[in-house]
Amino acid sequence: MPIITQQKSAAVVIDDAKCIAEKGCTVCVDVCPLDILAIDDGRKKAYMKYDECWYCMPCEADCPTGAVKVNIPYLLR
Amino acid sequence: MSASDIKTEIVETDLLVIGGGTGGPMAAIKAKEANPGLRVLLMEKANVKRSGAISMGMDGLNNAIVPGYATPEQYVKEITVANDGIVHQKAVMAYAQGSFPMIQYLDRLGVKFEKDGSGEYNMRKVHHMGTYVLPMPEGHNVKKVLYRQLRRLQVSVTNRYMATRLLKSADGRIAGAVGVNTRTSEFLVVKAKAVVLACGAAGRLGLPASGYLFGTYENAANCGDGYAMAYHAGAELANLECYQINPLIKDYNGPSCAYVTGPFGGYTANNKGDRFIECDYWSGQMMLEFWRELQSGNGPVYLKMDHLAEETISEIETILHTNERPSRGRFHAGRGNDYRKRPVEMHISEIGFCSGHSASGVWVDENARTTVPGLYAVGDMASVPHNYMLGAFVNGGIAGADAASYCESVDMAAYDEGYLAAEQERVLAPTRRDDGLTPHEMEFKTRRLVNDYLEPPKVTAKMEIGQRRFAEIREDLGQLCATDPHELHRALEMQSILDCADMAAAASLYRTESRWGFYHLRVDHPETNDDEWFCHTMLFKDEFGRMSHRKREVAPYVVPVEADEMAAYHQLRVKTPVAAE
Repeated sequence: MPIITQQKSAAVVIDDAKCIAEKGCTVCVDVCPLDILAIDDGRKKAYMKYDECWYCMPCEADCPTGAVKVNIPYLLR
Repeated sequence: MSASDIKTEIVETDLLVIGGGTGGPMAAIKAKEANPGLRVLLMEKANVKRSGAISMGMDGLNNAIVPGYATPEQYVKEITVANDGIVHQKAVMAYAQGSFPMIQYLDRLGVKFEKDGSGEYNMRKVHHMGTYVLPMPEGHNVKKVLYRQLRRLQVSVTNRYMATRLLKSADGRIAGAVGVNTRTSEFLVVKAKAVVLACGAAGRLGLPASGYLFGTYENAANCGDGYAMAYHAGAELANLECYQINPLIKDYNGPSCAYVTGPFGGYTANNKGDRFIECDYWSGQMMLEFWRELQSGNGPVYLKMDHLAEETISEIETILHTNERPSRGRFHAGRGNDYRKRPVEMHISEIGFCSGHSASGVWVDENARTTVPGLYAVGDMASVPHNYMLGAFVNGGIAGADAASYCESVDMAAYDEGYLAAEQERVLAPTRRDDGLTPHEMEFKTRRLVNDYLEPPKVTAKMEIGQRRFAEIREDLGQLCATDPHELHRALEMQSILDCADMAAAASLYRTESRWGFYHLRVDHPETNDDEWFCHTMLFKDEFGRMSHRKREVAPYVVPVEADEMAAYHQLRVKTPVAAE
């Protein structure tokens, strides 16, 4: 069967103004136990790439600039 | 893409530890302390800094055996009784004796435990019989402390490699393991004299009621890889029918947490606000009473704290919202839940395997050895019951020290090249298809069927349907498609989950009695049958590759338990006063 993609809401929100990924920071991506965050190649900012969040919060706690906010995924809210 | 197109690196070590959460790092640390010259490699699917069940820390020890409060003998007796007698007491005793030295060790490393004004550990009672709970209101730094010690002792760490299969030699010894990078799909083959499996619980087995695949009680990375690897390596797994099922905050799926709130006066209540269980300690019988209450007109069940004083509630909030699962406060805020105003709705969790709270797992003896020479298992995936975080540390330490001396006594074993090539083909198969089925939908379907057919109350005919449906999914693996390394990682996890689903069904069908309260409640075999089933059940892959079973005798107790004491956990329901005539 062909594979299709579907839109999802991202529970983990990154404040681009505070994110310093363009300076080489990858802390949130590094610490995520589920490996769901990534740095956008074009914008050089972190973002939630996969809807697989355990809302455990190392990304938010370890971010040096306070750019990451973990929301409870909508299905659980 | 074929195996030859993908880079394969081969490295050699003495001891390979798979899993960098709780027990794994401690195994590596204690192996290095036993023999600083030993080459120790820690392989982790995520990042050791923040991986595993205690990624954000821990709010307390649930099984601390502190002199003056409890003895190892008392603890062994309590755990024996809480598990209907089916325990390998020597392993529980090894834990119990190592418990206090490990607390002191962690304390020296900088882990903070609650102490009273005179510097003594501030113990609380939650269990039915003894006093074993030690709060950790500042327990958020556990992973940092472990990481520092790993660095100090020069343990080698490889992050983002998921182990897929163990390697063995022709004579049946452990020879290493195959890992695949979750971001590049490159292989890492590790040759090792001994392997410690520390891969955590099988926490992605049942589907949470929310339907969110990753809204599990366990860290969702702990999806049962360790159970699957041990099974395929020929190790025996014990009592898998004794599921993990926990009373949790509904939808949030985190602990509610009676261990934290209980000593402060919080308790589990029904919709009348009344207590219905005498003891909030998680046991099969407690879960049975919890489930009965959910089914009754007195449901749902709540965690009640609204009768407590403001300063008490603030203290509970500080503990619960800054350790272990700090997003709990955010969840409550979104729902308008306030511990002061109304009780919090609780629910029953999805099923899983986890010895941390129940009694199943890869069989280990008192030295953390599995039935495969050179293979150890520790933490939530090993068979030592009710082990929690401290048990993972203690048994991890036992495994590390034992493995260090084992490594000195054996040569490096040679693995089977043909097996490795076949495993690389199995791993990469989903990358060869341009279309087909996604890992997410195959995982969702497997886990939905686990809920439909394997959840207690267990019914023979339903579990057999479940087995047939799992077999259909296994045939569909030929269509499993992964479009990038991340998806491949999920595709491999999905296969571990399917293996665990098959093991859960087979183990539950083998034991034709009911035991451990709700964990193994078989409606068509409702009685406990000690004559035939006072034994461990062992599940293993036989020489023809079939899932097989055998009974293992319960070894003679090192701490005797009288028959009348054995029933202590069977009477957990609050007795209803007789109405006045």
